[in-house]
Amino acid sequence: MSTTLWIIIAGAIATYLTRIGGHLVISRFENIHPRVEAGLNAVPAAVLTTLVAPAALGAGPAEWAALIVAGLVSLRGGLMAMFLAGAAVLVLARQFAG
Amino acid sequence: MLAEAISENRAKSDFWQGVRLSMPVVVASAPFALLFGAIAVDNGFSVLEAFLMSAMVFGGASQMVGIELFGQHVAPWLIVLSIFAVNFRHVLYSAGIGRRIAHWPLVQQAVGYFILTDPQFAVAERKAEAGETVGFAWYMGLGLPVYVFWVTESALGAVFGKLIPDTHALGIDFLLPIYFLGLVMSFRKRPLWLPVVVASAVASIIAYKTVGSPWHVSIGAVAGVLLAVILPPHHSGVEARP
Repeated sequence: MSTTLWIIIAGAIATYLTRIGGHLVISRFENIHPRVEAGLNAVPAAVLTTLVAPAALGAGPAEWAALIVAGLVSLRGGLMAMFLAGAAVLVLARQFAG
Repeated sequence: MLAEAISENRAKSDFWQGVRLSMPVVVASAPFALLFGAIAVDNGFSVLEAFLMSAMVFGGASQMVGIELFGQHVAPWLIVLSIFAVNFRHVLYSAGIGRRIAHWPLVQQAVGYFILTDPQFAVAERKAEAGETVGFAWYMGLGLPVYVFWVTESALGAVFGKLIPDTHALGIDFLLPIYFLGLVMSFRKRPLWLPVVVASAVASIIAYKTVGSPWHVSIGAVAGVLLAVILPPHHSGVEARP
């Protein structure tokens, strides 16, 4: 088997371990402490923010405009409306701001 | 008989409800799947290998990092370690989602964890937050289209990669941050949302500038989660629950 295939298989196993690992650890405990539960409830906002913040900081006016518009639309509209509005602003702004 | 027919109909409509919710994810991930296929072939993968990596790893950012290192002829174990590091955030996802899908049969859970990506986790978590049960049919409706399109488009990108026009002008490189911002916003009703977002943003930016990518994701995430753990429980609203 080629090295490439080994890398793919090992990478797939490593990824699956991360996707099941947290559950395997947590499920060993009978009761979940309220503080642990508070931590788990914070997971979505905590992780997803790290996927936005550095990217936003390193971006320019076109990207900032897109994020601001998307953020405002998300206060009222659904995920799809937010996404399309942000993407539209981004493409338009890049035509002018590069 | 009747009860069975009703529950089968129910599963079907749950599935299609999930499919509807998957559409923004399918749209947002399409450019990256095509791009991944194109870069993979550029960096020495065959079309089949690009297809296999998407089908088996199914994690966009980690595939990009892996393929980038592969092109630079880095040691294989280091490539695998990098894929692991980029995907390490999924440990937190699986710890969180385990509470929502523990009632499924084991095989279904095993499949469920395999397709546990960022949007899959966020959208499922939102459903649970609304007090609804996260069922297997709904969850697969949400995840299966994303998976099928991701794998197919990776292969298409690998075959037709050279045909993609200017990706910058099309905004492709910044679509995911926009989508993730929308997901962050969708959790704004949760207790401690703002302090957690601020802590994670600051920590991830500092880590990005000092330690570097991809560790800023894990470091920023841990900062936000730790803050929620440390602050008194009554702030988090956990105690208020029956």
